[in-house]
Order: sequence, then structure tokens, then C-alpha cells
Amino acid sequence: MAAIAHPDRNFKYWLISPAVFLLLLVGLFPLIFSLVVSFMRVSMLETDTSFAGLVNYVQLFHDARLWQSLLHTVLIMVIALPIELLLGLAMAYLFLDRLPGRQLLVSLLVLPTIISPIVAGATWRLLFDNRYGPINQIIGWFAGHPVPALWTVNPGLVYPAIIFCEIWQWTPFMFLILLAALSNVDRSLTEAAEIDGARFWRSFRYVVLPAIFPVMSIAILIRGLDLFRIFDIIWALTAGGPGTMTETISVYTYIQGFKQFESSYTAAIAFLVIALLTVIVTWAIRRMGLAK
Amino acid sequence: MKGAPFHRRKETKLVVRYLIATFLVVIFVFPIYWLFAISFKTPGEIFAVPPVWYPKSIQFNNYAVLFKDGDAKTVGNSLVLSSVSTFFAMIFGTVAAYSLARFKTGGENLGVWIISQRMMPPVAIAFPIFLFYVWLGWVDTYIGLIILYTAFSLPYVIWMMRGYIEEIPLELEESALIDGCNRWEVLWRVVFPMARSGLFATAVFTFVFSWNDFLFALVLTRTEVTTYTVQVTHYFGGQSNFWSKIAAMSVLGTIPVFITVATLQRYLVRGISMGAVKG
Repeated sequence: MAAIAHPDRNFKYWLISPAVFLLLLVGLFPLIFSLVVSFMRVSMLETDTSFAGLVNYVQLFHDARLWQSLLHTVLIMVIALPIELLLGLAMAYLFLDRLPGRQLLVSLLVLPTIISPIVAGATWRLLFDNRYGPINQIIGWFAGHPVPALWTVNPGLVYPAIIFCEIWQWTPFMFLILLAALSNVDRSLTEAAEIDGARFWRSFRYVVLPAIFPVMSIAILIRGLDLFRIFDIIWALTAGGPGTMTETISVYTYIQGFKQFESSYTAAIAFLVIALLTVIVTWAIRRMGLAK
Repeated sequence: MKGAPFHRRKETKLVVRYLIATFLVVIFVFPIYWLFAISFKTPGEIFAVPPVWYPKSIQFNNYAVLFKDGDAKTVGNSLVLSSVSTFFAMIFGTVAAYSLARFKTGGENLGVWIISQRMMPPVAIAFPIFLFYVWLGWVDTYIGLIILYTAFSLPYVIWMMRGYIEEIPLELEESALIDGCNRWEVLWRVVFPMARSGLFATAVFTFVFSWNDFLFALVLTRTEVTTYTVQVTHYFGGQSNFWSKIAAMSVLGTIPVFITVATLQRYLVRGISMGAVKG
């Protein structure tokens, strides 16, 4: 014990230093660098590099497109997240009991989560195609006549399309985590509940939910954060269009930084996003009682 | 609710569960089926109205085109970037996790700082990194992306491996020390083998994270180290044969992940749930 508690003095620092060095190199250093840039007037199209003070940060408040993109982000988040959670939970319940072939079925259901988000977006781009895609064809069967819906162009359909894709890809993630969490709940406490509905809700509310809550809240937090920075799926489906209609905060930041080359202003947006996320995460962690 | 009907109820319930399960599998797997199906179709089948539900014959022309044009090389790039960065992230991350788990290096603060690196929105740090990389001349280089992916994976690896290492009984390490192992040998002979399943699970996820990256690759590559995710988006838009290319390239980029996950599946469910618990 003594040997473990009192290691060769620098051993523990040797172990951790490569990791810390790398995190500083691409995590902290560029951040400080861009903090400086955000107080200047750097744009790749001009040579002006003078000190700008808070100009870029003040501009944030007058940028309607920025706030609109934030609104889009929140919109996608508040619709997709609860559906993923509830659907994932229902699916976890479906597969909780032994079911012959369960392993295979679960493996199949998890496929969407392991493919790249950009591939998921590309796949749905093919599925949603107004002429050659199967979605309109299937809807046509039910409608009884051909449906030429322009999923990625029609303002009324583009959000359902994005949210569909998002839910398809990430519900299996929720499902796996919740399945693992449910499997750890003591079955003797809930067995009686399987017989009738009323008791099911009671046992869910008072036994199961408290037991899975810690895992569930972290899953919500992870998905919430991911949804807040949603980029790939939108880039594949709409690239922010039509117009600026589906620009999320990540898409807008990308366009400002890499299409408009507004370096200083992009850096300011980045810090706004980081500040927002820090506030949200801190609030969520407190609210969910994760901080102990 | 009494006697015989109870048994039948149970059977009905099982049938209903299978029906729902099948329905779900169809919904969740169909898009992936469609992607694969398109990749094997002829142009005529791809652009048929109404859609052709399955290719009449399996033909590899769409893939052959990707290899002939050299586009398939981007899958190789993804493979190099993801494997090398996973390798380094696992080594540096595991030893760092060992340091945090056993010696509480840096107190709680260092651990929290490390995990907080993961919460940054990628696009917000992509721009600073881009400026930094332009200055270093690291844009469109293997080293640039490998370092980035390694660093980006580290918080996850450290957080996961810390959990696995804390489960290893301390006595095993002590007896190894008493038997004359030095500290590095303890790591190599006791810690790594004991944390094996954790190492596998973590490595798979680390690999998949890097493999799936699109944003950093989009911003930091040009032509030399373009990844397959970026290549897929190059086919969006114009040309008449873009669909076959999107599908074939997506499938090429999906197969390595399927194989990895299928091979190491038994380690994964625990890995995911641990990941959720530890954040």
C-alpha cells in the first residue's frame, strides 16, 4: 500500500503530461489565440488587424441571422430530444424481457447510430428525393396518388425531414443506454407491475424512474449537447437552406468563418456559443442533481 | 385473468412484441438497406420512377468507378487517421487515466478540466484551430489531423479508462511491485491486461468518433488527406451519376465500422452504458 501511495515523485506527472500537452496544444492554445482575434478586426479578405475592442461582441446583438440560427437549433432540439427519449425508453421496455433472437434484433436496431452522421444525412437525402426516393412513393400508396413532396426545399417539410433523420440516427443510442439502465433495475421490485397497466405506471414512477434517472439524465445531457451543435445532418440534407431557413448555430458559424472569412466575428460567435453552452451545462448539471 | 387464459395472454403478448420489434427493425434498417441497394444498382434502376425496390443483379460498377477515379483513397485516409489517432489516444489516455485514478494527480480539477474539453462545440474550436494550423502549415497534413483527433478523443478515453482502472484491485499491483516489477511493468503486465475489455470498448468508440468526423476534416483538409465523409459531400449537387457515387462511397466508409463493431460487439453494450454513467 505504501508503495502505491508514495510513488516515485514524478511518475504520475510523466503519465499525464502527454495528454495534457496535447489538450493544451489543440484545446487551450487556439482558444486563447482566437480570444485575441475576437477583439481585433481580422478578416481574410482585408489586411486590417487593428484593435477593435468589443465591436465584434456588440455586433452579435444586432445580428438577426445569428439569433434566428439559435432559434432553429433550439427548435430542432426541443422536438427531437423528447421523441428520442420516449421512443428509446419504449423500445428499451420492449426488449427488456428475454425474447428469442433479442441479440440479433438489438444489433440491427443499433446500426443507424454507428454510421457516420454525414452518411446518415446522405442516406436520407436519397430517401427523400422527390422523384426517385422511396419516401414519396410510400406516402403515395397511402394517399392513393403520386406525392411529389420537395422535402429539402419546401419550408413546411424541411424541418420534419431533418428531425426525422436525427431521430432515426440517435434513438438507438438512447435505446441502448436506457436498455442497460433498465436491466440494472431490481426485477423483484417491478415484477408484479407487468400484469396490469395501473400498477405499471405506479412502479415506473416510484421504482424504475428514480433508479434509471442518473443514467437517463446523462443521456439527455449528451444528446442535448450534440443537438445543440448539430451540423453534419443539416449540411448533408440542406446545407442551411432554403435561404437561411435551416441554419443552425454551427452551420452559421461555419459559413461566417469559412465562407465569408470573417475571422474576428466568427471568433466572437464561437465565444458566445461556448458561453451559452457553459451556462446550459452548469444549469443542467445542477438541475439534474448530478453535481454531488 | 385466471387459469388458462393467462397462458394464452402470455403468448399473445409475445406475438405482439415480435410484431412491434419487426416493425421497428424494418424502419431503422430500411434506410441502410436502401443505401446498400443503390450502391449495387445500374443507372437505369437508380433513376427509375417509381423506385426499384431491389437491384435485379448485384453489380460492382459503382465501386469500380470510385477505385478507378482514385476517390476510394479517401477511405484509406480515414483508416490511417482513425487508427493512428486511436492508437495514440489509447496509450496517452490510459496512462493519464491511471495517473488520475491511482494518484489523484491534480486533484478533482484536472479531471474536470479534461472532460470540459469535450463539451466545446466542434465548430467553435474548429475556427481557432484552423487559424493556428494555417500558421503552423498543418492544414491538409496527416500529422495535423492525427494530433487533432488524438487530442479530441483523449477526454473520452481518460474518463472511460479511469472508471475501468478504478475497478482493478490494488492488491494485484502491489504484489507485482513486491515481485520486483517497476512501475512501467506494472502498467504493462497488470493494468493493461486487467482493463482489456475496457480498452477494447473504448478503442472502438474512439475509432468511430474519429471515423465519423466531418467538420474538422472539412475545414482542415484540401486534397491530400481528404476523408471519406468529406468525399461523400463532394458528390452532392450536379452530375447525373452522383447518386451511385454517394451510395457506393457511403457504403465503403460504413463497412469498416460494421466489421469493427460486429467483431467487438460483446464489449460494447457495457462500454456505452459506462460512457453514459461517466459522461
